[in-house]
Amino acid sequence: MDKVEIYLPILIMVAVGALIATVLMGLSVLIGKRTRSKVKMQPYECGVDPVGDTKHPVPVKYYMVAILFIIFDIEVVFLYPWAVIYDSLGMFGFLEMLVFVAILITGYFYILGKGALKWD
Amino acid sequence: MLDFLFGQLVATHATFDVVTLSDRTTQALAEDPWLAAGYALLGLAGVGGFLSLLGMALIYVERKVAAHFQCRLGPMRVGWHGMLQSVADAIKLLLKEDIIPDRADRVLFLIAPVFSIIATTLGLILIPMSPSLQVVDLNIGVIFISAVSSFGVLGILLAGWSSNNKWSLLGAMRAGAQFISYEISVTLSLLVVTLFAGSLQLSEIVQSQQDGWWIWRGHIVGLVAFFVFLIASTAELNRPPFDLPEAESELTGGFHTEYSGLRFSFFFLAEFINMFIASALAATLFLGGWMPFHIGGLHTFNGLMDLIPPGLWFAGKTTFIIFLIMWVRWTFPRLRVDQLMRLEWKFLLPVGFINLFAAATLVITKLYFFPW
Repeated sequence: MDKVEIYLPILIMVAVGALIATVLMGLSVLIGKRTRSKVKMQPYECGVDPVGDTKHPVPVKYYMVAILFIIFDIEVVFLYPWAVIYDSLGMFGFLEMLVFVAILITGYFYILGKGALKWD
Repeated sequence: MLDFLFGQLVATHATFDVVTLSDRTTQALAEDPWLAAGYALLGLAGVGGFLSLLGMALIYVERKVAAHFQCRLGPMRVGWHGMLQSVADAIKLLLKEDIIPDRADRVLFLIAPVFSIIATTLGLILIPMSPSLQVVDLNIGVIFISAVSSFGVLGILLAGWSSNNKWSLLGAMRAGAQFISYEISVTLSLLVVTLFAGSLQLSEIVQSQQDGWWIWRGHIVGLVAFFVFLIASTAELNRPPFDLPEAESELTGGFHTEYSGLRFSFFFLAEFINMFIASALAATLFLGGWMPFHIGGLHTFNGLMDLIPPGLWFAGKTTFIIFLIMWVRWTFPRLRVDQLMRLEWKFLLPVGFINLFAAATLVITKLYFFPW
C-alpha cells in the first residue's frame, strides 16, 4: 500500500492533536481565575522594569549556523535514496558516494579554514 | 544441553506479520464499516490517551530517578510512593491562571505550544511498538520522523520570538542553532542503519534485524552510530547536559519564561514525549525494536527468545534507553554554548561522515555479521 491514502491518518492526527490542545487550553482559560495588573503583564526581567525592546538584531553566528545546516543537511538527505538502493548499485554506488562526500568534505575544510565554525 | 540450546533441532524461526491499525481500518472498510470506525477510533483514542498517560508517567519516573541519583526519595505523599503526583500536578496546572503578557504577539504566542504538541503526536503514530501495534507504517518512515520532529523546534522559536522577552528570545535562538546543528548528526547516524537495512520503512527495518540487531551485527560501525545518535538526540531534546535553551541559571526559563499553566505544561509534555520518541527510534533502528534477541542460524535459541512477546521487547529496550538519557542528565554538567557547537561541528560531524564511509565499505564487502 503505497498510495496517497496512507497519509490520511496523518492528516486526521494533525486535526486531533490540534483539537486536544485547543480543548485543554480552552478548559484552563474557563477554569483558571484571572487577575490582571500592569506589572504582572510586563515581560519578566527578574523584577526590574524591562529596558528597550527585543526586536533588535541577533549575532550573525546564528545565521551562519543556519546556512551551514542547509548545505550539510540537504546533502545528507540526498544520500537517503542512495542508501535505500545501495545494495543493487554495488561498486558503482560506492565510488559515486566517495566523489559526492569528497566534494562535501572539501567544503567542510574550506569553512573550517575560513573560521566560520568559531563561536566566540 | 548445549546441543539443545544452540543446535538446529527445531527450526522455529517465527516470522512476524506486520498489520498496522490503518491497514486494519482499510480492510474492514469494505465489509464492516462499524469495525473500521472502531479501529480508527481505537487508533485515535489510543494515541491521545498514550500521549497524556506516558507524559505523566515519564515526569514521575524522571523525578524518582533524579531523586535516587541524589540520595533523596522524591515524591512520596500523593498516592503510593507518590504515584499520583503527576495527576495532582496536571490538575494544578489546569487550575492555574492563563497569562498572556501585554507585549506578546498574541496569535503566535497561542499557536506555539499547539505546534509543539502536533509535531510530537505525528512522531508517535509511526513508532512500531509490536507487529500489530503501529498506527501508520509509511514507506519513508525514517525521513518522516526526522522531518516531523523538526517542527517541534519551530514551536520553540515561535514561543521565544512572540513572548517579546529577552530571555525567551535568547533561549529560542540557542534552541534553533542547537537543534539544526545536531540534526545533521542524527540524520547521518540514521543513514547508517538505512544503508544496512536498505529501507526507510520502520517495520521493514525491524524485520531486517531478524538475524541480529544492527548495534552488534554492524559491530563497531553500528555501535558508533548508536552513540552518535544518542548524544545528538539528547541535544535535540534540549535535555541536560545540552539544556542551553532553558539554562535556568542564566536565562531564568529560556524560551518558556513567559508561559504559565497549561501552555507551559504543553512544552514540558512535548519534551518528555519527544524523549520517548527518540528512545523508541533508537530502540527500533539499533536494538531491533520489537524483534526478540536473535542470533542468525541458532534456531532453537531464537525460538526460545520468541517466547517473550514482541511488545515486551520493545518496552524493555525503550525503557532502558530512556533510563540511559536520564542517567546522562544527572551525571554531566551543562556545556557552554561554544563547547556545544564545537562538539557538533568539529567532533560529531566528522565522526558521522567517517562512520558513514565505514558503513558503506562494510555493506559492499559484506563484512557485517550474517550477510545473507
